[in-house]
Amino acid sequence: MLDIKNLHAEIGGKEILKGINLTVRPGEVHAIMGPNGSGKSTLSAVLTGNPAYKVTEGEVTFYGKNLLEMSPEDRSHEGIFLSFQYPVEIPGVSMVNFMRAALNAKRKYYNQDPLSASDFLKLMREKRAIVQLDNKLASRSVNEGFSGGEKKRNEIFQMAVLEPRLSILDETDSGLDIDALRIVAEGVNKLKTDNNATIVITHYQRLLDYIKPDVVHVLYKGRIVKTAGPELALELEERGYDWIKEEVDNAK
Amino acid sequence: MSSINQYIELYKENVEAVCGNSAGALNSARRSALEALDGASLPEKGDEDYEVTSLEDVFAPDYGVNVNRIDLGANPAEAFRCDVPNMSTCMYFLFNDAFHPGKNAANSLPEGVIIKSLKDAAAENADLVDEYYGRIASPDCKQTALNTLLAQDGIFVYVPDGVVMEKPIQLVNILNSGTPLMVNRRMLIVIGNNACARMLVCDHTQNCGVDYLNSQVVEIYAGENAVFDYYDIEDSSTGTNRVSSFYVRQQSGANLMIDGITLMNGFTRNNYVVDLAGSGTELHLYGMAMANGRRHIDNHTVVRHAAKGGRTDELFKYVLDENSVGSFSGLIQVCPGAEKTEAYQSNKNICASEGARMYSKPQLIIDCDDVKCSHGSSTGQLDQQALFYMRQRGIPEHEARLMLMQAFMNDVIAGVRMEALKDRLRHLVESRFAGNNSASCRSCSSTCHKQ
Repeated sequence: MLDIKNLHAEIGGKEILKGINLTVRPGEVHAIMGPNGSGKSTLSAVLTGNPAYKVTEGEVTFYGKNLLEMSPEDRSHEGIFLSFQYPVEIPGVSMVNFMRAALNAKRKYYNQDPLSASDFLKLMREKRAIVQLDNKLASRSVNEGFSGGEKKRNEIFQMAVLEPRLSILDETDSGLDIDALRIVAEGVNKLKTDNNATIVITHYQRLLDYIKPDVVHVLYKGRIVKTAGPELALELEERGYDWIKEEVDNAK
Repeated sequence: MSSINQYIELYKENVEAVCGNSAGALNSARRSALEALDGASLPEKGDEDYEVTSLEDVFAPDYGVNVNRIDLGANPAEAFRCDVPNMSTCMYFLFNDAFHPGKNAANSLPEGVIIKSLKDAAAENADLVDEYYGRIASPDCKQTALNTLLAQDGIFVYVPDGVVMEKPIQLVNILNSGTPLMVNRRMLIVIGNNACARMLVCDHTQNCGVDYLNSQVVEIYAGENAVFDYYDIEDSSTGTNRVSSFYVRQQSGANLMIDGITLMNGFTRNNYVVDLAGSGTELHLYGMAMANGRRHIDNHTVVRHAAKGGRTDELFKYVLDENSVGSFSGLIQVCPGAEKTEAYQSNKNICASEGARMYSKPQLIIDCDDVKCSHGSSTGQLDQQALFYMRQRGIPEHEARLMLMQAFMNDVIAGVRMEALKDRLRHLVESRFAGNNSASCRSCSSTCHKQ
């Protein structure tokens, strides 16, 4: 579904991604690990079209369509979802209005009529249950005053509503206690089908105990320097990143 | 030469018509106004508290003044209905500056309440009007003196001591003329001790192809422990220039809400001068301004805490788009002897485009100890992170921007003390940002009319 070829990107004139190659197929779970500053979050920002980043070279296709030409909203409609590392608080915009606008924009993209009020509320109820999100949070402003765990659960709730084909979870485990982590991971697993895929960006093995990856990549200095099975994550947990850094730096 | 001169000439040439079509206190105040204007000029850009606004320019064009009170041929009660769903009001109209009661308006008034033409009141209720007219309007303010010189009519609202008005008073001001017109509206509002009232004022322009100068003065007296809300919504036209001066005096324990909302306009300058004369007063002074195109919105506030234990909560918010200009200058002055004052002033603005300009000057002057005061101002752009977050969820950029602008006004609307009006304002603000005139205040009237 997703093909990334030789992707280069920069922010403020500084090149962060220096030739990423990655292919993701339906049903797969990819983990992208790597030390701080290696470009993991930049990759998620570039895939979702964050205007702060500039692609300088390479191509990205999603189901054959040129992703880089699409607006962030169209990428969302095509089925790309990002669970933000730091979900944004939007005072004054209620969760209900936010989700209704998002959902109806997607329906419009596919020439469907907006959901009726009762169908919409029913859908919200169903999806909230997946991550045990309190009804009270749903009536508040987007992420405003939410705890760290509530914010991440809210991300997965939105993912459940929008039913993306490719979900990118950017450091979804950061700031979560072990119970919240379990709830979030279980939510992600419930949403897993043979037709959708997940990219899990994380520092730690911990989340991968719950969301089992098929492939593990190590990103370092803007390139994927190692790709292997789930056992790689365990090895990284044990040995850290230094041995990979040495391997890469010595090879130059 | 100051643009005041053309109005002085006009006055001198038509003094009989001006006075003959007015009455009592309105006429007796003209002499001192004329003296105050002798050799004077209006504020110009760069003058203190007029950093970006030139009233000389605004008053310069050759407007007609309807000194002979010619009926300009419309019946506002028939032509216009301004409705707030789920809210029943006592409705009145000022057609340019001429007073018309709405249907059944007078029947529903509590005993002793007077709502009538200011001109009629000056003749029929001379004692009351003489006691209050022109007492707090500052003669040092030249546009106020000019209004006093030329004002012939307007509205008089009197709520006697202890009377609680359940129904809000609604005043619909309509500008309508075939040729450029200057209107000098005057509003005198007296709320007695322990009285309670609410007033909703909507400014509209009907014949939008014509330029107007709406120069108005509003005087509000609130007696001891009076509770009064004044919501002022301007939904006019690009060719409407509004220069409005509010003078408010609150006696001990009076609790006021003054909320100035500019939904749609051309040029607007609002002065709010509030004298918290008695102790233990409470003032909520709110403002909300939305501008695009080349519109100009300038709010100037002066709140004077003259006695102990007063409380002011002031909040003005602007959203400026395209090439519009916003200005806020606000002063809270805590006088000697006004211990235990609590006063908070805040001005927050969004410039949604590169061409929009905001000027902000918050000021606090504190001349006594034991007070709690703060002031602050911030001007920024739409939150880019929030915008991207919304777009990532599929909300189109245009819609996401509108949602953020609307959300920005949320706390001003939340401060409104009438539930039905809150809902109406949310709807109006949403439509305003969406550029959807079909849902605006203006055409709500025509929809209602058809029903």
